[in-house]
Amino acid sequence: MATRIHPILGAFAILVFFFLLAPLVIIVGSALSDTTFLTFPPQGLTLRWFANIFQMEAFRRTAITSLQVALLGTGLSLLIGIPAAYALNRYRVELPRWLSTLFVLPILVPEIVFGFALLKSITIGLGLPVFISLVVGHALLILPYSVRVVGASLASFDFSIEEAARSLGCPPLKTFMTVVLPNIRAGVIAAFILAFITSINDVSVSVFLTGPGISTLPIQILAHMEQFFDPTIASVSVLLMLVTVGVMAIVEATLGLTFLTK
Amino acid sequence: MTVSLTIENLVAHYGTTQVLKDLSISVAAGELVSLLGSSGCGKTTTLRLVAGFLQPTSGRIRLGDRDLTTLPAHARDIGLVFQNYALFPHLTVLDNVAFGLKQRGLAKPDRTKRAMAMLERVGLSPLADRLPAALSGGQKQRVALARALVIEPPLLMFDEPLSNLDAKLRIDMRVEIRQLQRANGTTSLYVTHDQEEAFSISDRVAIMNAGRILQLDTPEVLYQKPASAFVARFVGFENLIRMKVVERQAAIVTAEAAGGTRLHLSQDLFGPIKDDFILACRADGLAVRREGEGIPAVLGTRTYLGRAYQYKCQTAAGEITANGPLSDPLDARAGAVLTPLPEQCCILDPEN
Repeated sequence: MATRIHPILGAFAILVFFFLLAPLVIIVGSALSDTTFLTFPPQGLTLRWFANIFQMEAFRRTAITSLQVALLGTGLSLLIGIPAAYALNRYRVELPRWLSTLFVLPILVPEIVFGFALLKSITIGLGLPVFISLVVGHALLILPYSVRVVGASLASFDFSIEEAARSLGCPPLKTFMTVVLPNIRAGVIAAFILAFITSINDVSVSVFLTGPGISTLPIQILAHMEQFFDPTIASVSVLLMLVTVGVMAIVEATLGLTFLTK
Repeated sequence: MTVSLTIENLVAHYGTTQVLKDLSISVAAGELVSLLGSSGCGKTTTLRLVAGFLQPTSGRIRLGDRDLTTLPAHARDIGLVFQNYALFPHLTVLDNVAFGLKQRGLAKPDRTKRAMAMLERVGLSPLADRLPAALSGGQKQRVALARALVIEPPLLMFDEPLSNLDAKLRIDMRVEIRQLQRANGTTSLYVTHDQEEAFSISDRVAIMNAGRILQLDTPEVLYQKPASAFVARFVGFENLIRMKVVERQAAIVTAEAAGGTRLHLSQDLFGPIKDDFILACRADGLAVRREGEGIPAVLGTRTYLGRAYQYKCQTAAGEITANGPLSDPLDARAGAVLTPLPEQCCILDPEN
């Protein structure tokens, strides 16, 4: 028996899908347009804007920087975030409640303010090189995701398992690596992906921290668009989308997407 | 290698709250001692202190000639069985059992062989490749038991191991635990709030309250000769009657309860009686008779217990619960006499 759907509900659902998908269709269309300006529907079809990206040294360089910053920043945030999440859950009773709020602050503070604050504190205050500032800045920006997502899987972790391991002769650090970590693996991977994507896409923090000679891809896209309003921008966006889809496909194939939404 | 566990003057705090007050206990080699008490009495704290998960404020814990007090948990070599099983969810049954052997550096073929032999003993070898999630509660607890036993620890500790199992399984498992513990001769400390469980499984039972051990004795002694009012109430003496001696004639003592009720008690039967004492009687320890010598009572509600009738009786000394024979049911509001039976009653010192 088919379920009857109210016509208004059906129309509403179609509208939602339209607004979700339309920008993507427009971007893909614009990226293929054989014109020197962004336009939709595309006039003529060409892949030369994709070729153009690879010919432009700035895009290549900033893409590499973005990847490095995202990988190092995410790694650093997990290195801080996993132990923090562990401590917050393990010693929930003993630790003051405001401590867990502290780790969410980067999300609560407007990103533009956070970016400016980082510029004042790390780049100017500490005088760190641009690349290091970017890595540290991104690590701080995405730390809330690491702490929260890893914390969510630790919340359902039974700490008596850890005690069982210790009673059987396993020292604390080894217990963490061989007993705790394998059981929160899904949370760690989810945190990694969320943090990585946030870092790769970040504009507002990066815009303050990039400096002479070093920039990230989103900043380069902005800079490029200010000078040339051509379909290169659209084709870079398509490539970024493909990378995201690729990551999701790998996740789906190895772990199943459901664990991200759990 | 069976060794004894000695706990000396253990004091422990949670923050500023003192949870253990100068607790001393000694478990002989090969003996199983239970810590019995209601929640918050300090029994689990004691176990966690011995396991090394908590640090005492003062006192010493020794296992044989080793001083455990400052040793980290992983160096104590104690087998632990948890209430919620605490199996490693990401490891198979076999790997769970082999975990402790792996920490001890045994080669893989060796530890597989020993873990399989242990699983054989608890009847779970066909499930060796399963993950814990695919086991029933009873099977999980058997794996936990095998995992604790396979390392051949000098001390085994159980933290309410049967609380999550259903009644029938609980009885089977406690027999199984007892058999395995006996067969290995492992010194054991067993924490439970279930009196029947403690009495059925233990060589000796320590009854705890508010961070102290009130009495440590065999189940038989605890059941028949509690040393204090608290323990008496705990082991099911329904009636505690406060009395004062008014006259002594040779071995016969005349004592008076509140309301003027007088009883003649023989010290030959009840044991020595001090001037001020508590007469503790189980419901079975008071004969309900139509007439005779004893506590005059007016019978209240009668309930059928299967083996006897139980009456809530009003007396001058307060409400008393007593069991009468099935052969002679008495009606509510009937007058009767309650006579203490020496073998089912005991004399307590109110100071304890």
